[in-house]
Amino acid sequence: MHPAHSIIIFTVTSGLGFGLLAFLGLGQPAVTGWSAFWYFALAYGLSVGGLVSSTFHLGNPQRAWRAFSQWRSSWLSREGVLAVATLAIMGIYAFCAVFMGQTLTVLGIIGAILALCTVFATSMIYAQMKTVPRWNHWSTPVLFMVLAVAGGALLTAHVLLAVILLAVAGFLQMFSWTRGDTALAQSGSDIGTATGLGVRGMVRAFEPPHTGNNYLLKEMVHKVGRKHAQKLRMLAFILMVLVPVLLLLIPGGWVIVALAFLVHLVGTLTQRWLFFAEAEHVVGLYYGKR
Amino acid sequence: MTTLPQTTGKKLGLVIDLDTCVGCHACVVSCKGWNTENYGAPLSDQDAYGSDPTGTFLNRVHSFEVQPETGPAQLIHFPKSCLHCEDAPCVTVCPTGASYKRQEDGIVLVNEDACIGCGLCAWACPYGAREMDAAAGVMKKCTLCVDRIYNENLPEDDRVPSCVRTCPAGARHFGDLGDENSDVSKLVAERGGMDLMPEQGTKPVNKYLPPRPKDVEPEFDILAPYLEPVATDQKGFLGWLDKALEKI
Repeated sequence: MHPAHSIIIFTVTSGLGFGLLAFLGLGQPAVTGWSAFWYFALAYGLSVGGLVSSTFHLGNPQRAWRAFSQWRSSWLSREGVLAVATLAIMGIYAFCAVFMGQTLTVLGIIGAILALCTVFATSMIYAQMKTVPRWNHWSTPVLFMVLAVAGGALLTAHVLLAVILLAVAGFLQMFSWTRGDTALAQSGSDIGTATGLGVRGMVRAFEPPHTGNNYLLKEMVHKVGRKHAQKLRMLAFILMVLVPVLLLLIPGGWVIVALAFLVHLVGTLTQRWLFFAEAEHVVGLYYGKR
Repeated sequence: MTTLPQTTGKKLGLVIDLDTCVGCHACVVSCKGWNTENYGAPLSDQDAYGSDPTGTFLNRVHSFEVQPETGPAQLIHFPKSCLHCEDAPCVTVCPTGASYKRQEDGIVLVNEDACIGCGLCAWACPYGAREMDAAAGVMKKCTLCVDRIYNENLPEDDRVPSCVRTCPAGARHFGDLGDENSDVSKLVAERGGMDLMPEQGTKPVNKYLPPRPKDVEPEFDILAPYLEPVATDQKGFLGWLDKALEKI
């Protein structure tokens, strides 16, 4: 799949933002006044910034409000509804914490649950795609959720929890990559089933429909990622998991935690780029590109 | 609503004969022409006369080579457009309700005024039937020429999809695949019409008729009995000549 910058930034930053909101909603840390202001400014900056970024890839962003209507059937719509609900509930919570010096515990818990549900809905947009066997697996939502919570733990300096969650994310990531590499072959779809001609013999794409490029090839048959995929995977793993965990094991206060977070952010952006660039869509079968 | 209808009154769709298609791309051109001038946003082209032309098409013709275990390879031209699936995954993923499947005839359409151009429906389609128009920023797809098939201003002959009307080989058929007595349903039953990627669970309405088996050349020659050696144990001069030639 085409790794659109807006979508990579959106899934990474909004994941971190909602992860942070979940911690703040649970009162971890239970901040009020100015310190609450800065925490919530960061959380809203990340989550709202991500959501705004996601509208940049739309063909007609002025109609984006319509995306709140189909929550009964569409994960993208559910994500929009949940995101707005989370931001509204946590907005009230934040207002009370910053200006009244009060923490509304129940509201915070509801907000935290909604924040995690938002990340889940985001991940299900990808995990629901039967057409992309690499994504169509339980490990996709689990990894998204673990990374979001790990990011929240980093941003709230829950060092031990962050180390554990990053380690879990590391194992999940390894599993996800390994499983993903054989997912297309195991999905049962190949050029034979795509054309229905497989029962007759070996099928080969002889001639494409046109000599030039098209939307389908640009959007769904992206191949750049695979050239350096192994090196990038190594880099993503080192930056997303290994270096942050090692840094967190050094007792050094908030500077170390901030550094660990920044390295983790770069690693997660790399990981998310690979998530899209390495995903094989079955439509590529018609073009003999799989 | 982007939930799918439980049942549809008709199942309008296409039957494409892979045995007959000659790969002339006339259906592609006719589709592009009709759908640029009529329903919805025109099918735009970018850099049409430059070095890197691209454009929106609702129908494209691939060509595949099939190499059977024995015998020569076969070239099969393969037109591909929206299959108007019964379980259309493109419809349910739509966040705005722009994508829908019609209850009355099963045609899958896009309400372009509600489409935000997020592209998720194109991701959900295994067949590559949907293309985002780069100029209009909305998703385009085969409408089964909904503006022709019910159009009483057109002569009756023309009330079929443009691709069907134009196919010079008669490789494309249009009709109600929900009615088992319709011509298209009979054709599918007779020729063993097939689904594309049935494992994706989309239940396509459009069917493809596989190429007919090729004629096998008879292994015997009707003149063969007359050409067989008449005698194997020659005597006399011819017998001597035969042996003498063999010894050389």
